[in-house]
Amino acid sequence: MQMHSLSFDISHTLAGGLVLISFMMLYQDRLYSLLNVFALHALVLTLSVAWQAYVQNAPHLYITAMIALVFKAIIIPIALHRIIKQLGIHRDIESAVGIGPTMLAGMALVALSMVLMLRVTAEADPLAREDLTFALSVVLLGLLVMVTRRNAVSQVVGFMSLENGLVLAATGAKGMPLVVEISVAFSILIAFIVIGIFLFRIRERFDSVDVSALDDFRGERR
Amino acid sequence: MSAYSFDAVAAVLLIPIGSAALLVALPGYRLTARLNVIASFATFLAALSLFVVERPQPGSYVLVDDLNIVFIVLNTFVGFTTSIFSASYIAHELETRKLTPVYLRFYHAMYQTMMFGMNLAFVSNNIGLMWVAVELATLTTVLMVGIYRTHAALEAAWKYFILGSVGIAFALFGTILVYMAARPVVGEGLDGMVWTILIEHAANFDPALLNVAFIFLLLGYGTKVGLAPLHAWLPDAHAEGPTPISAVLSGLLLNVALYALLRFKILLVANPSAIAPGPLMATIGLISVVFAAFMLYRRRDIKRLFAYSSIEHMGIIVFAFGMGGPLANFAGLLHMVMHSLTKSAIFYTVGHISQIKGTQRISKIRGLTVTHPALGWGLIVGVVAIAGLPPLGIFMSEFLVVSSTFARAPLLAIVLVFGLLLAFGALTLRLTSLAFGEPRGSTASANASYVPMFAHLSLVLIAGVYLPAPFVAWFQHVARLLG
Repeated sequence: MQMHSLSFDISHTLAGGLVLISFMMLYQDRLYSLLNVFALHALVLTLSVAWQAYVQNAPHLYITAMIALVFKAIIIPIALHRIIKQLGIHRDIESAVGIGPTMLAGMALVALSMVLMLRVTAEADPLAREDLTFALSVVLLGLLVMVTRRNAVSQVVGFMSLENGLVLAATGAKGMPLVVEISVAFSILIAFIVIGIFLFRIRERFDSVDVSALDDFRGERR
Repeated sequence: MSAYSFDAVAAVLLIPIGSAALLVALPGYRLTARLNVIASFATFLAALSLFVVERPQPGSYVLVDDLNIVFIVLNTFVGFTTSIFSASYIAHELETRKLTPVYLRFYHAMYQTMMFGMNLAFVSNNIGLMWVAVELATLTTVLMVGIYRTHAALEAAWKYFILGSVGIAFALFGTILVYMAARPVVGEGLDGMVWTILIEHAANFDPALLNVAFIFLLLGYGTKVGLAPLHAWLPDAHAEGPTPISAVLSGLLLNVALYALLRFKILLVANPSAIAPGPLMATIGLISVVFAAFMLYRRRDIKRLFAYSSIEHMGIIVFAFGMGGPLANFAGLLHMVMHSLTKSAIFYTVGHISQIKGTQRISKIRGLTVTHPALGWGLIVGVVAIAGLPPLGIFMSEFLVVSSTFARAPLLAIVLVFGLLLAFGALTLRLTSLAFGEPRGSTASANASYVPMFAHLSLVLIAGVYLPAPFVAWFQHVARLLG
């Protein structure tokens, strides 16, 4: 029983850590520091997945952990770092919404996911239950990052942190099949996004202050 | 026999993916375009053979039942006719140098990969595999929407990408929740994701978890269906990509997401203590109909106009399935088939028209019946069909939806009819300026392929006048399955 509670505490800590780091992402106003925080996010995810692989005695989850470590904690941040440099946007400070409201919204989202998931999963075993609550919080916070940013790179970072939440949920669901395949599929998706940013030099979410220009793009100018 | 019957499913999957690999390697426009048509035709034949051959036992990954055969045959048929249209459309794009041969090779390979993804989503018996397949199909269409690499095309592709990814993420979260609900009953491992096993045990699942799962699935796959608050990617993706892709987006990809939604709806219906998924779907469908009907009036771009019309029709279909019951489900299925055929036929005409005129602006296109009678009248028949006028097929399915709703929820039916009439007004308004009046724009002769367009429209016409009895019996059977 002692062992059980220890493993419980460790997975709890790691999942909670992910939520915390998601909060840290909300107030980063420099792209480089956002990337660093994301790398940390991916690192904690790696630990969490590896711990689940060990606790559940599911060796295939180590593959998911490796993908998280190599791809998301190392390759993608480095690639995005280079892209930021090449696009010359590393000095940009950007956030569409102020930090205060964003943090408040983040807290509200975490509260929402707690109210929702804890109530719904009352009968599930506590580990899966709280894992799922944390995972939903990470997903919603990732969504918040995507909504509050205008820069394409930081939107992608938001999406990746959202996806980390999904991987957390998938690995927390004990014995779930196809987790590895799904994490591979997601990695391909993200690779495509990053390559897309690089090839097409997407800097912004294309929103422009000049509305007439925007209408022109859409072929809807009157 | 069982080995042979497995072949039909394998062929539906292997022909597209095999030819995609081949198309990457082969040079030359004529060869690849032809190969694309041949591969699509072979896939269609393989899909038809599913009717005849013995069906494989539902396995952990593959399932063929009465429901998905309808989707697969429709999918491969429209895929085949679109490949014919695409051959003539793309020839023009090469002439005007909008596409280079390298991109063309890529385009054809992606076309077949997309067909593979959609067919895989239909035959998968595994909710995880289905999710991966839908993602694959989405990804290929994103790449094709952005293929012109203009600012507008990239904007559309990016928007589609981000919104589609968020949708797909929600769908995965919902899928995980379904597994969580299934695990205590079905046990750990692969079985917890196999749809046929899930449906057997669904009555014992934790209803609260299923409820939350369905909300996520509805938001996630609903984004891909293009339902109203989540539709933002759809008009852009339709307007900026190559027109054959607009045709398959409207005609097929929306159906794939709808199919996924239906599978989960059946799952929820099987659990008596879970929320009824019907009212949720009916509400979001109705919102889509009315919203899209209003939006139709302000469109200046011809492809956007029909993209909003797709939102409207997907709304009708989801509404019909949400109402449920044999009649409404029957109407929903019929409407889905009719909409796929009609909307892709419209996009074929619109594709040729915008190529000839060199613009998609509605105000710059006029008097089509004078300058290009075949295209002009084709467009008229298509729009008349999509607006829901008799004697065409969509009239019949819309009539069934409305009448079955009137019997059960008259208030909803009034809102629905209001939306339908609004959309009808907008479409006829635009149609008169497009088809009649003083010709405007280029009058160059069209180098068009009329066969796919008129094949679709005559099918819709025939369905409106006479539905063969075996067809009706099949659809009624499927409608009962849908609950």
